[in-house]
Amino acid sequence: MKLLQFAIGTLLSSAPLLALATSASERSDLNLRPGVTDISQQVHGLHMMMFYICVAIAVVVFGLMFYSMIRHRKSKGAKPANFHDNVKVEIAWTVVPFLILIAMAVPAANTLIDMEDVSKPDLTVLVTGSQWKWHYKYMDNDVEFFSLLATQREQIENKFTKGENYLLEVDRPLVIPTGQKVRFLITSDDVIHSWWVPDFAVKKDANPGFINEAWTNVNEPGVYRGQCAELCGKDHGFMPIVVIAKDPDDYNAWIAEQEAIAQRAAEEEQRLLAMSMSMEELMSTGKGIHDSVCAACHMPNGEGLPGVFPSIKGSQIALEDQQAHIEIIVYGSAGTAMQSFAKQLTMSEIAAVITYQRNAWGNNTGDMVQAKDINAVMNGN
Amino acid sequence: MSTVTDTANTPATDDAHGHDDHHHHIPKGITRWLLTTNHKDIGTLYLWFAFIMFLVGGAMAMVIRAELFQPGLQIIEPNFFNQMTTVHGLIMVFGAVMPAFTGLANWLIPMMIGAPDMALPRMNNWSFWILPFAFLILLSSLFVEGGGPAFGWTFYAPLSTTYSGDSTALFVFSVHIMGISSIMGAINVVVTIFNMRAPGMTYMKMPLFVWTWLITAFLLIAVMPVLAGVVTMVLTDKYFGTSFFDAAGGGDPVLFQHIFWFFGHPEVYIMILPAFGIISHIVPTFSRKRLFGYASMVYATASIALLSFIVWAHHMFTTGMPVLAELFFMVATMVIAVPTGVKVFNWVATMWRGSLTFEVPMLFAIAFIILFTIGGLSGLMLAIVPVDFQYHDTYFVVAHFHYVLVTGAIFSIMAAVYYWLPKWTGRMFDIKLAKLHFWCSLVSVNVLFFPMHFVGLAGMPRRIPDYALQFADFNKWISIGGFAFGLSQLIFLALVIKACRKKGEKVSSQVWDGAEGLEWEIPSPAPYHTFETPPLVK
Repeated sequence: MKLLQFAIGTLLSSAPLLALATSASERSDLNLRPGVTDISQQVHGLHMMMFYICVAIAVVVFGLMFYSMIRHRKSKGAKPANFHDNVKVEIAWTVVPFLILIAMAVPAANTLIDMEDVSKPDLTVLVTGSQWKWHYKYMDNDVEFFSLLATQREQIENKFTKGENYLLEVDRPLVIPTGQKVRFLITSDDVIHSWWVPDFAVKKDANPGFINEAWTNVNEPGVYRGQCAELCGKDHGFMPIVVIAKDPDDYNAWIAEQEAIAQRAAEEEQRLLAMSMSMEELMSTGKGIHDSVCAACHMPNGEGLPGVFPSIKGSQIALEDQQAHIEIIVYGSAGTAMQSFAKQLTMSEIAAVITYQRNAWGNNTGDMVQAKDINAVMNGN
Repeated sequence: MSTVTDTANTPATDDAHGHDDHHHHIPKGITRWLLTTNHKDIGTLYLWFAFIMFLVGGAMAMVIRAELFQPGLQIIEPNFFNQMTTVHGLIMVFGAVMPAFTGLANWLIPMMIGAPDMALPRMNNWSFWILPFAFLILLSSLFVEGGGPAFGWTFYAPLSTTYSGDSTALFVFSVHIMGISSIMGAINVVVTIFNMRAPGMTYMKMPLFVWTWLITAFLLIAVMPVLAGVVTMVLTDKYFGTSFFDAAGGGDPVLFQHIFWFFGHPEVYIMILPAFGIISHIVPTFSRKRLFGYASMVYATASIALLSFIVWAHHMFTTGMPVLAELFFMVATMVIAVPTGVKVFNWVATMWRGSLTFEVPMLFAIAFIILFTIGGLSGLMLAIVPVDFQYHDTYFVVAHFHYVLVTGAIFSIMAAVYYWLPKWTGRMFDIKLAKLHFWCSLVSVNVLFFPMHFVGLAGMPRRIPDYALQFADFNKWISIGGFAFGLSQLIFLALVIKACRKKGEKVSSQVWDGAEGLEWEIPSPAPYHTFETPPLVK
């Protein structure tokens, strides 16, 4: 009875799960997805090969164990045998695993060598991680942008119903063409992040100060989602990756449109330099920027996280030194988590958020900062 | 776990100083435990400390699983979540598993080799008593402004340097103390085994628990200083302006990972080799048959230990290594499967045509062999670099290392406690309660860790406080399994307390009818002092 109990218990707790994994290998919530590139499909093949070999080994080893547990029980009158070594058997079970390992290593090495061959790309994208967003720069075009989590804070806080792509949606996805070899140069501005899109079988660490390379060649147009895979601080779970693969024609149209938009935005920025915004405008724009960008560390109430992220509310910089306030946002603060926002925000946005921070939460300085003040710091005119 | 106080024939006095001179004299009260140099007392202290830390680290795991019960942020903030995962890992590795094995070593090695005590008893006392302070410092860091360490137990730079909270200095100091304790404990084990074996106890006659611990001790002495080095580099990078891990100053953040894992991979085997020793004692006893392939077990353990120094970068395949380095570390890692396989085959061959019974230690040992093998096989999958790119830093890895650490290391520790507890207390533990503990643990631990393979493969990264909706169903089950496994350990607590109160039937000196070894030749409970005159081993 004891043995039966044991067998049932062990089977209940693990074997059916294994069986489930095999039968449902196509279901994406149970197993690795085959993905949409030749490489990712090879990787999936390797994964399934490894899985079946492991299951086979487990069945043999556990099978012998259970046979012994059923047949060689004292309660069945089993008398212990006297052997305690056997050179032939021991050599066999040392050599046979070696052969199995070689059978695994050869195809794995071939796939790996293909994966690491980043030569002759059709297109290169620089991917930069920072706390807690991704930045994409197309090296062959004049297009670059940040990509931030688009899920509303209220969904995370369980106030709104969670959408279908909860935590896997961004404001501006990366767009790449299908059928072309896209090379990624991957780096970081602060801590280590890791850029991972499961459907491409691409996961590469973004190391600050160093550049890693990876590549993909997507077969089918579609939307592919991934996440940062290396612990990078508080909001590590909130910096997803979304890649849209488009037909080359659609991609070319898209990239041309992006260049035009970037051009117009630069002109608009110049136009805004000459204008002054009202206090109301500054405060409402500034609140939006603060809540979506600054609040990740300094919190919506401006109080930060004591001991980790400093408070803006009541701080010396926000109350007194306006020049330092502009500089810390434009340049960041070396040796701390405070990054530079000059690339991420326009001058008028920086002006608005500084005005907001100097007048919100009891920081009643009455200061108004305009885009031209930011321009003075950034470009010295 | 200790009842030795009542076993001596002579009455004890309160004089704690003279006990080295009086063989049957046991001091009483708190000074007995504070000043003890007795290997059995120190073993007991280590085991209780490890158990308390296991419950504390387990409570943190419960907090993690409660937050992950459903998507969205419910209970705790992401920053505190990261503190929980970090401190859970540190406590379980350095506070639960390692001290538990050191406790077992203290209790068992002298009794197994026929020695009167450990070779360096005063250092033994000190190596235990600095540990509680290390963990007080670590735990108190959770209460300073900004909270405790939140960069993962692997404390990758620069997250742990430039970007960490103010409590990092406390973390570094606490790891230093843990390291000193481990090194001292390891030196004691080596010196004891080298010098204090009974006449006739040649190396190739030593019980396997002694062998595996000897090899483990060398690993500890080799790599704990590396850990001390890397935490010191973190300290100076953060507070003293060095740039070991900062590219802006000529350093390299990936250097941190190389140094950390040069410690970290041997550390993994530090936590499993003594387990191999334990299982190699229990399986022959309840198979009533000698261990199959004793010599190959010794050589396999030594090979695993040596290989552990050349596989560290398999934790770092995504950091961007040259392809040749990736291939080297892949092949070296796969080779470890061979000696590990030899061990599993030897255990199965020991059971083969034995005369098996299924007492509680044997149940845990069999569960160990099966579940550790599952963890080993997923480890083999992780060695394959192209697929590791998909597995790395997902719940698949979390599943893998919890199979080898919980159903591996911790199940072996529980097996050991059930196996030797009657020797320590002189009484049989409550078998019904023990079986309840086993079955509850076995079922819940698989509900807890098995589905982690699935969510990992489906793409859930590790160390995230909130997750996408497709992972919700499995995470619910994982949390339920987690709570059940946590509660099951309270059964174990109740059982051990009951055993310490000397409930239950008295046992013979051999306790289990197939047990062999010097520790089974002394009376149960083991007297306070044993083998004052060394036995002769044939």
